Amino acid sequence: MSNAVTALNGAEARDGIATITEVALQGMITLRGDLASKPVAKAVKAAAGVAVPKPGTAAVVGDSGVCWMSPDELLILCPYDTVAETVAQMNDTLAGVHALVADVSDARASFRVAGPAAREVMAKLAPVDLHPDAFAPGMFRRTRMAQVPAAFWMPDTDSFQIVCFRSQAQYMFDLLKVAAQKGSGVSVFQ
Amino acid sequence: MLILTCPCCGVTGEETEFHAGGEAHLKRFGPGSTDDDFESYLFMRENPKGVHFERWRHVYGCGKWFHAARCTMTLEVFGTYPAQTLAPPQELCDAISAKRPGWSWRAFS
Repeated sequence: MSNAVTALNGAEARDGIATITEVALQGMITLRGDLASKPVAKAVKAAAGVAVPKPGTAAVVGDSGVCWMSPDELLILCPYDTVAETVAQMNDTLAGVHALVADVSDARASFRVAGPAAREVMAKLAPVDLHPDAFAPGMFRRTRMAQVPAAFWMPDTDSFQIVCFRSQAQYMFDLLKVAAQKGSGVSVFQ
Repeated sequence: MLILTCPCCGVTGEETEFHAGGEAHLKRFGPGSTDDDFESYLFMRENPKGVHFERWRHVYGCGKWFHAARCTMTLEVFGTYPAQTLAPPQELCDAISAKRPGWSWRAFS
C-alpha cells in the first residue's frame, strides 16, 4: 500500500493568538441508518465503545469516538490503521439491516485550534454562538466556516478539533491562520 | 437576517447556514395534467407582503429539508416544521394568527 499522508503534511502555525495544527491521519467512518435501531446501536458500541450520542453531541476520547451528524448519520472516529477492520466488523454486525458504512478517512482533513483564544478564532469564522455557556466540550456542530462546510467539537475547554473536506484543507488552514494572526484578539469571551 | 431553527437537528442558525428552496406546499402537476395546472405548478408563485411559507434546507448542517413560516416584511420567523407534511401545523397557524390577525396564504389562514 502507498504511504498515506495528510493533506498538508502536518502543517502548523504557532505564532498567532492560537496554535493551528493539522491533525495526523484520523480514521473516519460514516454510518447512515436508523439511529434508534438495535443493530445500529450494537455496531456503534462495538466499533467505538460508546453509545449512540444524542443530537448535537459527540463522545470522543483521543482518536476514537462517535459524533452525531444528522438524524440518520453518525461519524465514527477510530485510529487510522484500524479503519478497514472496523468497517468490516460493522458491516458484519449490520448484515441485512438497511444501513450504510463507508470509510471516509481519506476524504477529510482535520485541524486542531488550541489556546485560550481558540474560541475567538472559531467565532470569527463560524456563524455559531461559541460563548462558553452555549458551546462546551461534548457538543458537536456541523456548520459553515467562511465559505466551506465544516464540523467541530471541543476536545477540552481550550481547543477545537475541526473536520472538513480534504480538498479544502489548504483553504481551511489559511483561514484559521489569518483568523489567529498575531494581535487580532478582541477578547470577546473574556 | 433570518434566524431559523432546524426541526430535524434542533440547531438554531442564521440564514447563511441554510439554503432557501422556494415556495412550500406546491402540488406537482406532471405529464398528463391540463395545461392550466401545469402552468400554475411551474410558474405561479405567491409573492406576499407578510406571512409566507417556504422550504429550506439545512445545507451546512444536517442536510435535511424543512418548512418555515416567516414574514417577508419584517423577516420574523414564526416557526419551522418538518418537510413531511402537506399543511402547516395548527399550533403554528394559531401562533401566526396571534401576531398577524386575518392572515391568509393560498388555502391556509
